[in-house]
Amino acid sequence: MGGSVSWAELARLAQAHLFLSGSAVLAAILIGLPVAILAARNRRVRAPLLGAISLLQTIPGLALLALFYPLLLFLARASGWPIPALGFLPALLALAVYALLPIVRNGVAAIRGIDPALTEAADGLGMTGGQKLRLVELPLGAPVILAGIRTAAVWTIGTATLATTIGQPSLGDLIFSGLQTEDWRRVLIGCLAAAALAILVDATLALIESGLATRARARLGAGLAILLAALGLTLAPIPGAATSGRLVVIGAKNFSEQYILAQLIENRLRVAGYRTERRDNLGSAIAYRALAAGDIGVYVDYAGTLWANVLRRTDTPPADAMLRTLGETLARRDGVQVLGPLGFENAYAFAMRRERAQALGIATLADLAREAPRLRLGTDLEFLSRPEWQAVEARYRPAFRTMRPYSPTFMYRALADGSVDVISAFSSDGRIAAMDLVTLGDPLGALPPYDALLLLTRTAAADPRLVAALRPLVGAIPIERMREANWTVDRDGDKRTPAQAARWLAAGLDEAPK
Amino acid sequence: MISFAHVCKRYDGRPVLDDITLTIPPGAFVALVGASGAGKTTLLKAINRLTAIDSGTITVDGADIATQPLVGLRRRIGYVFQGVGLFPHMSVAENVWLAPRLAGQPPAGRDERVAELLAMVSLPADLAARYPRQLSGGQAQRVGFARALAAGPAIMLMDEPFGALDPVARAELGAAYRALHERMGLTSLLVTHDMAEALILADRVIVLGEGRVLADRTPRALMQARAEPGIRAMIDAALASAARLDALARGD
Ligand SMILES: Nc1ncnc2c1ncn2[C@@H]1O[C@H](COP(=O)(O)OP(=O)(O)OP(=O)(O)O)[C@@H](O)[C@H]1O
Ligand SMILES: [Mg+2]
Repeated sequence: MGGSVSWAELARLAQAHLFLSGSAVLAAILIGLPVAILAARNRRVRAPLLGAISLLQTIPGLALLALFYPLLLFLARASGWPIPALGFLPALLALAVYALLPIVRNGVAAIRGIDPALTEAADGLGMTGGQKLRLVELPLGAPVILAGIRTAAVWTIGTATLATTIGQPSLGDLIFSGLQTEDWRRVLIGCLAAAALAILVDATLALIESGLATRARARLGAGLAILLAALGLTLAPIPGAATSGRLVVIGAKNFSEQYILAQLIENRLRVAGYRTERRDNLGSAIAYRALAAGDIGVYVDYAGTLWANVLRRTDTPPADAMLRTLGETLARRDGVQVLGPLGFENAYAFAMRRERAQALGIATLADLAREAPRLRLGTDLEFLSRPEWQAVEARYRPAFRTMRPYSPTFMYRALADGSVDVISAFSSDGRIAAMDLVTLGDPLGALPPYDALLLLTRTAAADPRLVAALRPLVGAIPIERMREANWTVDRDGDKRTPAQAARWLAAGLDEAPK
Repeated sequence: MISFAHVCKRYDGRPVLDDITLTIPPGAFVALVGASGAGKTTLLKAINRLTAIDSGTITVDGADIATQPLVGLRRRIGYVFQGVGLFPHMSVAENVWLAPRLAGQPPAGRDERVAELLAMVSLPADLAARYPRQLSGGQAQRVGFARALAAGPAIMLMDEPFGALDPVARAELGAAYRALHERMGLTSLLVTHDMAEALILADRVIVLGEGRVLADRTPRALMQARAEPGIRAMIDAALASAARLDALARGD
């Protein structure tokens, strides 16, 4: 298999995917069938119930998954039980809700579709409600019920790729990380694997369905045997996966730098004898709350992000003051430990082509403001509505000739072809070095510091061996190396995987100044 | 004993059972005849509450059926459906054994009992393994009959049980059932379109028309009475075909 996905990774993700989908469909059957039976028997319940379930179905899958996170978090707080809000449980619940509609609808149709002469015969023989259900309605409705389960299974296997976003590993890991790093082979392999799983499961259930419909024992048996074998496979340990040592869950948001750093952390913890799990592609708002709730044990976040989003502060103190306040407040409020800054920032920075900046004599934002009436500014889609831009406007009062937002890729193109003169970049973006751009200084301190910080839960921080394994990362990654690592993953040709980039970063750790 | 007191049933405002009052004593063999749509099936289903009546009272063995546990009531009554209603996913044996199974009888004596019941309706025992779709209409009807008999009920309600049978089998099965009725001391209520069958098999014939009892007599009394024209026509049709057959047999 190509360089970007290993067989072991594919097997691990396919197994997790199948286990999650299978559990969700099973849960939907356990809930959906009784509901269907109730709805089939009771006319007054039927219409509102089917309506409500159809309504749930219209919630986009991604939103449904994301909604379960705060819901479970709230339940955990309210009840005081350790309900995990991230990973398997919310993914299971969201997918089960999604699988409910076809199961309930077909269940109702199956029971109501039975020849009334037969239900009357059942009544005439003196069957109780339960006997009628077991002896007549379920066996006769089985093919239609199973058709509903089949639909649910195919939907669920497709939708389970989204579970990645709430920290549950699935084949979606390949798709999402592939999309972020523009590694199309990874995306394709993820899609094909999910489609193949769906087709295989569908074919197996079709075999069982036709076995039931024609009462062919052999077909039924073959289908059930395949299902059992699949169950065995999802529960079998993957060779090569560590099974001993304490488990540490590593979180990552959804961009290349985060994948690389998470991989770097994971490699070091493995070497130190820990079992590791990854929760990639966490939403920016979810990642910190996941750490605070203990659903993940370690991840990297950025000072300015925590300052604004977690502490809800709008002022911009100097970097050392901000780091001190963050360290104290997060520890006191959420039990989150800041192990230290990694040594680089991923901040908003104004960037220009080197020769243009030199020609105009621009090295800082103050210089930029002076020349602004002759210059055109390109930004990403949200920059002009962010507090960072308001702060720059307030301190330096630049009056650009034009200002235009672009999607990030086009923003860099516009700078390269001269459509704009200056852009809002991220300081650790690999393209800064690759395109030979200069980032401008901020003498008035308008832009908040975005130092990358290594965050741990209190439990993780209390484990000296774990801290010893991660402390060498503190202050060890200079901005140039992070840019280079990001660039090797993000560039179009000769791409490296985040794992390769992490190894390259690790190799440089010893040389880097401490 | 089954008795009706002022029983009424309407469908969409139209009376289907219109103030029915009658009593069927234990051990009676009653035939229920009448035109299509007269309300025969409705009357039969009212007895085991497959149809709910609007007003009046029906008692079985002295107890109001409205206050009896439904399942127990139905299990004491054998019912042969007009539409047969065999379960397609069960073999003949499973269909026939249903009532004993519901009653919680152990499956130990199942095969012998099924063979015995099939014999009662003149079916070979090797039919037991077949599924309903592998049966002819007449065979299916006989299995339905055997299923109704299986629990050993004291009351049998039969809705055109011999409709799909050829005349020979029909006469033979009718006679066989009559003998069973005597031997087991059953109370039998038989719906039929065939006036000749009613007159020959039953001790008493009830003629239903538009939800009312038009006549309720012994076969002999019914044939002798100066009945209303509708009933007379049914009897005369049966007599006329018998006479024609008789003449044919004598070679006229
Ligand atoms: N569920 C129902 N809803 C509405 N009308 C009904 C229903 N069941 C029966 N009827 C009507 O009640 C009347 C009596 O029906 P019933 O089945 O008792 O007739 P029957 O005497 O058994 O006729 P047949 O000899 O054709 O079987 C008919 O006019 C029929 O259309
Ligand atoms: Mg009828």
